[in-house]
Amino acid sequence: MRLTIIAILVSLTIISCSTGGDGGDPYEATPSPLVIPQLFQDKLIDPVIPADNPQTVEGIALGRKLFFDPILSGDGTQSCSTCHNPENAFTDPRQFSVGIDGSIGTRNSMPIFNVAWNFNELFFWDGRATSVEDQAFGPVVNPVEMKNTWPNAVASLQADSEYPDLFLAAFGTSTIDSTMVTKAIAQFERTLISANSKFDKYTRGEVELTPSELNGLNVFLDEGRGDCFHCHGNPNSPLWTDNIFHNNGLDASFTDRGRGMVTGDPREFGQFKSPSLRNLAYTAPYMHDGRFATLEEVINHYSEGLVYSETIDPLMKTVSAGGVHLTEQDKADLKAFLLSLSDPSFISNPDFQDPN
Amino acid sequence: MKKIALFAMIAMVAMSCNNDDDNSSTPVNVDFLFTHNWDGSAIENSDFEVIQYTNAHGEELSLSKLVYLISDITFTNANGDVYDAGDYNLVNVREETNLMFTPNIQVPPGDYTVSFTFGFDDEDNIDGVYQDLNSADGGWNVPMMLGGGYHYMRMEGKFIDNTAAEVGYAYHAIRAADASTTPITLQDTSFEVNLGTVTIANNTEIEVKMNVAEWYDNPHEWDLNILHTVLMPNFDAQVMMSENGATVFSKGAVTQN
Repeated sequence: MRLTIIAILVSLTIISCSTGGDGGDPYEATPSPLVIPQLFQDKLIDPVIPADNPQTVEGIALGRKLFFDPILSGDGTQSCSTCHNPENAFTDPRQFSVGIDGSIGTRNSMPIFNVAWNFNELFFWDGRATSVEDQAFGPVVNPVEMKNTWPNAVASLQADSEYPDLFLAAFGTSTIDSTMVTKAIAQFERTLISANSKFDKYTRGEVELTPSELNGLNVFLDEGRGDCFHCHGNPNSPLWTDNIFHNNGLDASFTDRGRGMVTGDPREFGQFKSPSLRNLAYTAPYMHDGRFATLEEVINHYSEGLVYSETIDPLMKTVSAGGVHLTEQDKADLKAFLLSLSDPSFISNPDFQDPN
Repeated sequence: MKKIALFAMIAMVAMSCNNDDDNSSTPVNVDFLFTHNWDGSAIENSDFEVIQYTNAHGEELSLSKLVYLISDITFTNANGDVYDAGDYNLVNVREETNLMFTPNIQVPPGDYTVSFTFGFDDEDNIDGVYQDLNSADGGWNVPMMLGGGYHYMRMEGKFIDNTAAEVGYAYHAIRAADASTTPITLQDTSFEVNLGTVTIANNTEIEVKMNVAEWYDNPHEWDLNILHTVLMPNFDAQVMMSENGATVFSKGAVTQN
């Protein structure tokens, strides 16, 4: 009896002190911590890096190769980059992306950058994915996108002459599974950091803004004019999004329930995630359904095109008149400021291009 | 030897499971539970987005968002000793986050006057320095054109206006700012909430009750038809919010578990 108690206690102690290994020496790839821009270090909390998927040199390189490789699609014709093009800040210039069989989606492809700073970890326009890794699972098997099956995608990778060794280097095993695929892609996507726009340089004291851009910033921050900042950040919150879901007055009724379709909560019908305003110069068309081809159309919508519906966000003002009716000068200046948030060095970064 | 080892291990396990020291003078943590009601009717997640409340002026309204900042929870005993962790808590009522808060300070058991600051006072309301608040809710910041710093509260929803239309409102409390003057005129409109005397013992939990209806009454009966939006740059509205806040908070249950 005593021996039994001792054994239990010793076991408990060992378990409590264990690091969680499986008894063997766990494989460790080469750590490659995210290089966090000074602005983000100064202003924001730490990025979200899952404990079970640390950034590694080998994992990032593998993820980058996978991201640009059409091997994941059902017929080997489309990669992630087909609809998430680096030139377009990793979104698609088409209103709706086209799948491998010509199927057309119903939402505009989302850009990909600064995803490690999405603190509530809800991805897609409707937040149905709960991590970057989870997000990467979806498009491979989506019937209007890559239209593959994960067993088939994994089999293709396993049969490839390079991938087994690359997975071995990244994860310590050459036996590939979908979880490792998404982990590698997520590691690459977390490196897609954009923090070097003209406005970032202005914040760092390196450049001046034009009078038009400065007035545009004031319009953006003025509760009585643009009041954009309550959903789209501010100079102290330089993600330029709240990553929260809103109904921004696009329609009187909904053909797409957005967040509400995921949660089933009628209070969230017609809500979509606020996208970041970084890199707007490259991410047209705009809104979840890409209905606006230009920034002018976007600004006009908020200025005089708002439409009432039951779940419209209370921050949408003067809805009965369509909006606050900005002056033409304020509209032009607001556009100038918004474009100052675009980051040419992001879309041309050689580390983010196709390695294949 | 086996007996000694067994005894030692049991003792270690027992110690690790023990509650805090029972010594009555050992400083203890104090938990605060923030609860919310409309004139006594509890406000839960399911109550949001429902036009079901009527303010003192007679407008029917809903809540869609209720997030607020409190800081500087302070314990002051009869000797004048002050214990203040100097930290803060951002309560999100709809998302039910940070409803429980334990200030990062321990106080010796005893009787204390307990107080806190609604929002940040000027000493703490420093522009852009709190990374967690910059990262919260798309940025909890106040634009520099209004003096910078941080929001005290964002209360939003919809109300039925005097034309029977449903209209959004944004009752945002910040430090009062008049940007029409040069330099900008700022007035600290945070305020101290005194919860009265509380006996602090081991495992004390203090309920802090917010009666949301009081934001719209006492001393200023709030007319949402006039004051429903663009309130941040409205100096007088901010002062009225601060004055109405005096009757919003009260001490609820104090438990010693």
